[in-house]
Formats: sequence, C-alpha cells, structure tokens
Amino acid sequence: MYSSIVFLPLLGSVIAGFLSLYNRDRMAELATIAGLLLSLLFSIIAFAEVAIGGEPVTVDLARWIVSGDFVAHWRLRFDTLTAVMLIVVTGVSSMVHIYSVGYMSHDKARARFMSYLSLFTFAMLMLVTADNLVQLFFGWEGVGVASYLLIGFWYKKDSAHTAAMKAFVVNRVGDFGFALGILAVYQIFGSVEFDVIFNDAGLLSKTDISFLGFTLPALEVAGILLFIGAMGKSAQLGLHTWLPDAMEGPTPVSALIHAATMVTAGVFMVCRLSPMLEFAPVSLAVITIIGGTTAIFAATVGMTQFDIKRVIAYSTCSQLGYMFFAAGVSAYPAAMFHLTTHAFFKALLFLGAGSVIHALSDEQDLRRMGGIWKKIPVTYAMMWIGSLALAGFPFFAGFYSKDMILEAAYAAHTGVGNYAFWMGCAAAFLTAFYSWRLLIMAFHGKPRASAEAMAHIHESPKVMTIPLFVLALGAIFSGWLGYELFVGHNMAAFWGDSIFILPWNHAMEGAHHVPTWVKLLPVLLAASGVVLAVLFYVVLPDMPRRVAAAFRPIYLFFFNKWYFDELYDRIFVGPAVRFGALLWQRGDKDTIDGFGPDGMSALVYRISGYCARIQTGFVFHYAFAMLIGVVIFVTWYYLRIRGVGV
Amino acid sequence: MAFQMTDIIPALPEIFLAGLALVLVLVAAFGGEEAGNARRVTRLSLVGIAIAVFLLVQGDAMPSLAFGGMFAADSFAFYMKALVLVGTFAALLLSLRPEGNDDINKPEFALLVMLALVGMMLMISADDLLALYMGIELQSLPLYVVAAMRTNSLRSSEAGLKYFLLGALSSGMLLYGASLVYGICGTTDFAGIAASLSSGDLPVAFIVGMVFMVSGLAFKVSAAPFHMWTPDVYEGSPTPVTTLFAIAPKVAAMALLMRLTYGAFGQIADQWSQVLVALSIASMAVGALGAIMQTDIKRMMAYSSIAHMGYALAGLAAGTPAGAAGVMIYMTGYVFMGAGTFAIILLMRRDGQAATKIVDLKGLSRTHPLLAIGLLVMMFSMAGIPPLAGFFGKWYVFLAAVQAGLVPLAVIGVVMSVVGAFYYLRIIRLMYFEDTDAPLDAEIPAVNKLVLGVSMAVILLFFAGLGGVLTATDTAAIALMGGAR
Repeated sequence: MYSSIVFLPLLGSVIAGFLSLYNRDRMAELATIAGLLLSLLFSIIAFAEVAIGGEPVTVDLARWIVSGDFVAHWRLRFDTLTAVMLIVVTGVSSMVHIYSVGYMSHDKARARFMSYLSLFTFAMLMLVTADNLVQLFFGWEGVGVASYLLIGFWYKKDSAHTAAMKAFVVNRVGDFGFALGILAVYQIFGSVEFDVIFNDAGLLSKTDISFLGFTLPALEVAGILLFIGAMGKSAQLGLHTWLPDAMEGPTPVSALIHAATMVTAGVFMVCRLSPMLEFAPVSLAVITIIGGTTAIFAATVGMTQFDIKRVIAYSTCSQLGYMFFAAGVSAYPAAMFHLTTHAFFKALLFLGAGSVIHALSDEQDLRRMGGIWKKIPVTYAMMWIGSLALAGFPFFAGFYSKDMILEAAYAAHTGVGNYAFWMGCAAAFLTAFYSWRLLIMAFHGKPRASAEAMAHIHESPKVMTIPLFVLALGAIFSGWLGYELFVGHNMAAFWGDSIFILPWNHAMEGAHHVPTWVKLLPVLLAASGVVLAVLFYVVLPDMPRRVAAAFRPIYLFFFNKWYFDELYDRIFVGPAVRFGALLWQRGDKDTIDGFGPDGMSALVYRISGYCARIQTGFVFHYAFAMLIGVVIFVTWYYLRIRGVGV
Repeated sequence: MAFQMTDIIPALPEIFLAGLALVLVLVAAFGGEEAGNARRVTRLSLVGIAIAVFLLVQGDAMPSLAFGGMFAADSFAFYMKALVLVGTFAALLLSLRPEGNDDINKPEFALLVMLALVGMMLMISADDLLALYMGIELQSLPLYVVAAMRTNSLRSSEAGLKYFLLGALSSGMLLYGASLVYGICGTTDFAGIAASLSSGDLPVAFIVGMVFMVSGLAFKVSAAPFHMWTPDVYEGSPTPVTTLFAIAPKVAAMALLMRLTYGAFGQIADQWSQVLVALSIASMAVGALGAIMQTDIKRMMAYSSIAHMGYALAGLAAGTPAGAAGVMIYMTGYVFMGAGTFAIILLMRRDGQAATKIVDLKGLSRTHPLLAIGLLVMMFSMAGIPPLAGFFGKWYVFLAAVQAGLVPLAVIGVVMSVVGAFYYLRIIRLMYFEDTDAPLDAEIPAVNKLVLGVSMAVILLFFAGLGGVLTATDTAAIALMGGAR
C-alpha cells in the first residue's frame, strides 16, 4: 500500500501518455483521476497509521548506486513529516486533476496534460518520501522537469516557452547549490542516507571544511548550499524571478505546482534536514533573513500588479517567506503547519481565479474585470473564503498558522527573529490590502470587460466548483483541526523523530506565552489592510492613482518588481548572450569550423587534387618517384648513422 | 643439395599445385580454343586449390625447414597460405562467369593464376634470399601477363606494360639490396643473416642493402611512394584480374616483408622500424587523400588498398609479436573485404557493358537492395566501424603501434582513417540517398552471391570468432619471430 501511494500516479501518467497518442482524452482523465483518488485514500490511511499512530515505516525498493563507499538506495521513508506532505500533495493534486477536466475542456491535448500532472505528482511524492539526499534530488529534478513541461504546455505561445525555460534555468542555479550541498554532506558524513546524517550531525558539528580556499564550519557550508537549492525551488528572494512568469502555464498548474506543492519543496527540505540544520545556527539565521525579506518584498510587489494570477503568485512567494523564517527560528512545526493550510487556501484562490478567468473568456487583467459578483456567486464566495484565510482572519486556516509563525519569530528573542517578526507583520498588513484590492477590482464596481465577454459570462460547471468546495473546507477548517496536532502542547508526540529541535531553541514553546499584543497585532493589521483597500478602491476610487503619483519612484520600484528582472538581464543574461554570440561567431564558426571541419575538408580536397595530379600516367614519372623514395630513405639512414657517429 | 622425402612433405601443397599447373598447360594447349575449355581449366584449378587447402590442413603442424633451409613451413606460413588460397579461390570463382568483352575467357588465365599462386606460396615460405627472389618472380611474371590479358584494349596493354616495367625496376632494387646484404653477411639464409647481425655495429652498406630490399618489397604491397602503378593497373586491367590483384598478391608480399623484417632482420628492429613508419604514414595519407577525387570505383579501390597497406604497415613497424599478429588480423579482414567488394563491382554492368563509375551506384538500394546491404557492410568495415572485421584490424595494429611507443603514428593513422571514411560513406550516400534513372543489370550470378555471402558472414561475425583468430595469429607471430631459429 505504501509504495502504491507513490507509484499509482506514475502508472496513471504512463497510461495517459499512451492514450494521448490515440486522442482518448476521456479515458486518460479517468485513469489519472482514479490513480490519484486511490493514492489519496492510501495517503489518508498512511497518515492515520504513521502520524496519528506514531509508527514510521520504511519501504526498501532496490539498491540504486553502489560505487566504492558510496551507496544510495531506492527506499521510501514514511514518517510524520512525509505523511503530512502526502495528504497535502495527493489532496490538492486530486482536486486539481478533477478541476482540470472542466478547465481544460476546450483544449486539444487533454490526455497529455493529465499525463504531465500525474507525472508531476509522482515526482513530488518521490521527493517527499526520499530516504536519502540523492533520491530527494531525483524527485527534486523530476518536479522541475514536470514543471517545465507544464509551464510550457501551450508551447506554441512564445511567452509560455520562454517562461518555461526561465523557470528551468533559474532553478539550475539553485540546483547547483543543492548538488554542491549534497557533495558537502557526503564529504562530511561519508553518506547521503538521512539516518546516518541525522545520527552523526551532533558529533560532527564542530568539523571544518575547506571551501573555495577558506576553512569554514562544515555544517554551515552544507546547510547554506542546500538552502540555495531550496531558494531556487521555493522562489525566495534572488531566485524568485521565475515564479511570476510561470503563471503562463494553465491555471490548474499554477494551483498545484506553483502554489500548493512544488514551491513548498524547499520548506519541506529545510524541515526534513532539521536534525542537521539545528547544528548550523548561521545557516538558520540566513534562512530567517531571506525568508523575512522575501515576505515583505513579494507583498510590496503584489500590491501593484494587475494580472490576477501574478498577484496571487507574489502572494505565494510572500507566504513561502513566512514558512522559511519560521523554519529559520527553529519553529519547523509552525512552518509545516502554514505549508499545509497555505496549500488549501492558495490552491483555492488559484482555482477560483481560474474560474474567473474561465468565466471572462480568458481575461486575466484586473483592469478589465469588475461587476461580476452577481453572475458567478459560487466563485465569488470561494474567493472570499480564500482571501479571508490568506489574510489570517480569526478562525480561518491562515489565522492559526500565520499567527503561530509570527509568535514564534517574536518568541525566538533573537535579532533575526525580531527582524522577521516585524517584516512579517508589515507583510500581513499588505497581504490583506492586496487581497481585498483583488476582490474589489475583480468582482465589484462597474463592469470593465468587453460587452462580448460580459455576454458570455457564466458560472463554472460542477466539475470545477466541487473541487473548490473541497478546498474551501480545507481553507476554513484545516487550521482549527490541525492546531493541536501540529503546534499544540503535544506536538512532540505527533512529529516523533521526524523533526528535531535543540532544547535551547525554544521559539515553539515560547510562542504560546507571548504578550497579548503580539497575538492581536496581526489580526488588527489585517483588518486595517482591508479597511484601507475598501477606502482606496470603493470609497475614494481616485486615491490609488493619486498615491501612485505622489510616491511615483516608490510606486515604480514596486511595480517593476524591484527591478530584479532588469538587473539580471543587465548582469547575467545580456553578457551571457553576448559571450555566447562571441563564442558562436568568432569561436565556433570562424575558428573551429574555419580551421576544423570546413578548413580541414577544404585542405583535404586541395591535397587530394594534388595527389591526383601527381598521377600523370607516365611510367618515367612513376619510376622517378620510386627512385626518389629510395634515395630519400638511404640518405635519411646515412645521415642518421653519421649523426650517431659510425 | 640433394632432395629427400623430408623435403617433400612440408611443401606438398606447392608441389601439388605446380604439378597441376603443368597438367593444365596440356589441357589448355589441346583442349580447344573455345570458351568451354577456359571454363574447364578454371574449374580444374578451383578443384586443385581446394585439394591444396586440404593438403595444407592435413600437413604436419610441426614447424619444419625443407630444401636445405630455403623453405619454412610453420604456423605463420600456414595462416598466410590459407589466406592466399582462399583469396585466390574467391578471385577465380568470380572469374567463372563469361565477362563479355573483358576477354579473359581464355584457358591461359586460370593457368597463369595457378602459377602465380605457387609463387605466392613460395614467397610466404621463403627463408632464404634466393627462395625469396624466386618466389617473387614466379608470382610476378604471370601477373604481368594477366594484367594485359585484354589484348584488344589499349588500357589493358598499357596497364600490363607499366606493371612490368616498374616491377622490373623494383626487382632490380630488391636484387641489388639482396646482393649487398649477402656481401656483408656472407650468407643468403635468413637464419644466418640474423645470426651475423646479432653482434657489432652495422656497416652502412648493409643499411643501404636493407633499405633497397624493403623498398623493393614495398612496391609489391603498393606502399607509397612505390604505389604509383596501383591505380593505373587496377583501372586498366580486366575487372577479374583487378579482383585477384586486390586480394591475394598483397597478402603474399606482406608475408614476405614480415619474414624478412621479423626473421632475417629481427635483431635490428629499431633500424628498419623508421622506414616502415615512413612508408606507413605516406601510404595512409596517399591512400586516404588520393581516393577522394576519384570517379572510377576500381581506381578508388586502388587507393583504398594503398591506405589499407599503410595501416597494416603500422602494425609491422611496431616490430613486436603483437604487431605481427595485428598485421595478420588486418590482412584477414582485408581479404574478405576485397572479395566481397569486388563480387559487387564485377556486377556493375549496364546493358552488358561494364559500368565502373562511382556514380553508377546511385540508387542501388532501390534497384538491388541485397547488393546495397552487402556493399554497405563492406564499406563500413573498410571505414573501420565496430564491430566489423575492419575495425578489429585497425584496432590491433594501432594498439601494437601505441604499445611500441609509436603514438604519433597511431594518431596519424586514426586521423587518416577519418579522412578515408569520407569516400566510403560517400558510396553509402549514393546508394541510399540518391535516385537513378539508369539501373544496373538485374542478374546476380550464384558465384557472386556465394562470395558476397561468405564475405559478409565473415565480416559481420568476425567478433564472434575473434578468440580463435587471436590464438592463431599469436602462435603464428611467435613462430615468425623465432620459431625456425
């Protein structure tokens, strides 16, 4: 049963892949959905046995790599951390599969799409069940490939395949760090198996490693390198640029991969490696700072965007920042808690946005929406629920998890913890602001869409709204249900050995005993964010323009995403392209081809012609050549012998 | 020197073939002038070769010397003679079909080939300067005649005459060199020469003699710069004669060169190695570069054979048992590649007329798919593509060269085989990627099918029998280097 959780989606993907050759779209949809629902069912059972029952399971599949001392197994590891991820991945993925049947109903390559979705799910499950770093890397790259395929699913669109390539290339940067991190771990521990690493981390915490000519604490180096990998996958500041562009993919893809699951792989990895990172305090500080900065950065950008999916994408980026700084202050349970609740409400928001886009004939620009809330009431209600959960209003999912994170950051009582706390509070305010900005612009006011689009407007079919209901239940109740288990007083029993926290890192414990104002502040900020949004976009609709004009430089800075893309184009992309062109024109075409293949073949032809011309057909020429040959050989030997001194 | 029975047993195949040749003289003379008589002589010759193979296989496996040390019968001789017999058999078999205006339907053809065959076998067994010269002349003189066999063709006569004149020149060089070697060493016996070389410095006169002898033999294997006759003779001779030239005499001449260098001059490998390196490089370069511009497939095959001799000489230049074994492996593949290729070239006819331009092969895959596959295998093998026979030949000679420290030679060899691959692959391109409106004649006689089929089988399955070949060549190489001493 345990291994079928992982392999059922792969089976579905292969079947759908073959069916796509024969255009049997309906059968492909049924096969993949059946595989996912079974996998979800088994995951729930696994969660009950492993997490609630407290009995971790490992499944040995095969030996994978054996080379000298190096051994890597295919082995599935099911502990509480994995079980939580299984619920998140299979739960969201099965809903997205079902939703896609409706959303993609007008597409010609549905079987291929379903096959990719299931392939992604398989890779993601492989990632979360990994028992060693190499297997984790396998899943890591697998989700990267699936993400590439799905972002570029409409490969005939220029922007889609450019975005797919950008996602792939930016992730390579992170993966390079990750790969180096694996090598560093192997160097330190002599193994990539989690059990070995976690056992020895305490003993080896004082070892040093030589890296780039410096002698550095070994675990810090490994930790930071691995975190660079996580930054790429989880779109943290610096390596985040691919995520907004990835919105070129179909909306269900954005919901599954770029909100609920793949982008959280980095958070998962950091939590998975908690027994090692606990001994690398500098790495944790770096994680906290990056996380806190990303949270505020993405929120400021999200405020100014007009593409409905990009707003939510930046919101995802910001929420991932929360999860990272939670992990950075050793509040791994809080990070995992937020990861879980976020998966539900962010998938809900994305699928809701997809429903809006679907209703408006593929319109994504908020400036051409509005006035449609009466026409698509179900979607409207779902978006409200998602936004309430995202903003952290009491008793919705986000309220429990986000407050927990902010309290933990405050309770850490460290410099970086306080930085993250204040950044998080500011981001919470902005989150509420841009969420209601989105709601108001999309649903209220005067209709700004074309008359034609308005005429076509319709509520989405059942196959799309039912997944929304399921996710909405998660967005409402998952926080309330999960609070005691994930971060309550008995959380240690729940997490078992899967998460390790040093006794003197007491952020989790302290989170329950923070001053009241810390508990109230995020809610108050969120409420004021909503009030401000209503003020700006309902009461005084002229305000946004005037504010933007008054603070034009800041507005432009935010609107242009802090100029990250432009900066990267200048620093990396431009020179790389010019360097490539130089190598291509001067290096390859002129030098290598010129002297190599082309020059060689021209030379060969010339010599060949010369050889043919020597062949005159006259016997005396031939005889002359023979005699010259003998004379040369004799002379050569004679000189050689004389040279030797005979 | 008195003959004894012990002299006859080791030389039984040669004696049998020589006797048969004399009988065939009578058959040719009194059997009538018509084509049927020619056919009868050829068939008798084929039976004779088969019996000679039988005698060779049945013969005493122990290495022995006969005729006062002039004739060596050892495992090296056994291996090379088997190759020569098989090669000649294939060439004669392919000549069986009446060749229209090729004009070799004369009883003399097979008769002369039989005499040349005896000469080749004597060359392989030669263990004395006199036996060496006698073998060479017995082989060469009939071949000069068959080159000019097509008496009504100017080109054929020209080919025969050129071959004869230049062959005479090379014989002169060989004789002159031999006389110098004899003058220094005081003996014509290879073992005696080797013994006299084992002590002291080498006089200049000896070196000159050695260079002359190697040059004379280089003519026989058509190594550059003594190769110039090859393209003209290959092109001008009737195609069945070219077939024979391409297969058998090269093997015999290479065997003789090996006996001379490894046997008589075995002690001074460092002295002759460099001349063989030079010959090898020149041959590889001339063969690969010269073939590119050719339009006639027989001429192209001439350059191809020059290149092949260059590769084989690379193994010879190593001067080690591994090198000798490499040359033998190379020559094995060479015999079958030549037989298979010429089995196809002989079929290149349009409306009964020979069509030997390379472009005549256009679209062969459409009109004669079987021939195209056959030629594809031959060309891939000649280009040295694994796992065909030609690849293993190149592999073992270059391996031996590298092991002997001749890395630059091996590098040049590999580069030249890349250049050479160009014209082999061009043929494949013409066959498979171009169309023709003038297809070649459809008829494929059984003998061509047989020769092509056997050659393809040997080349394709060479890797399977590689173990046996390696054992045989290793034994032969050891026999060559010191067996008879």
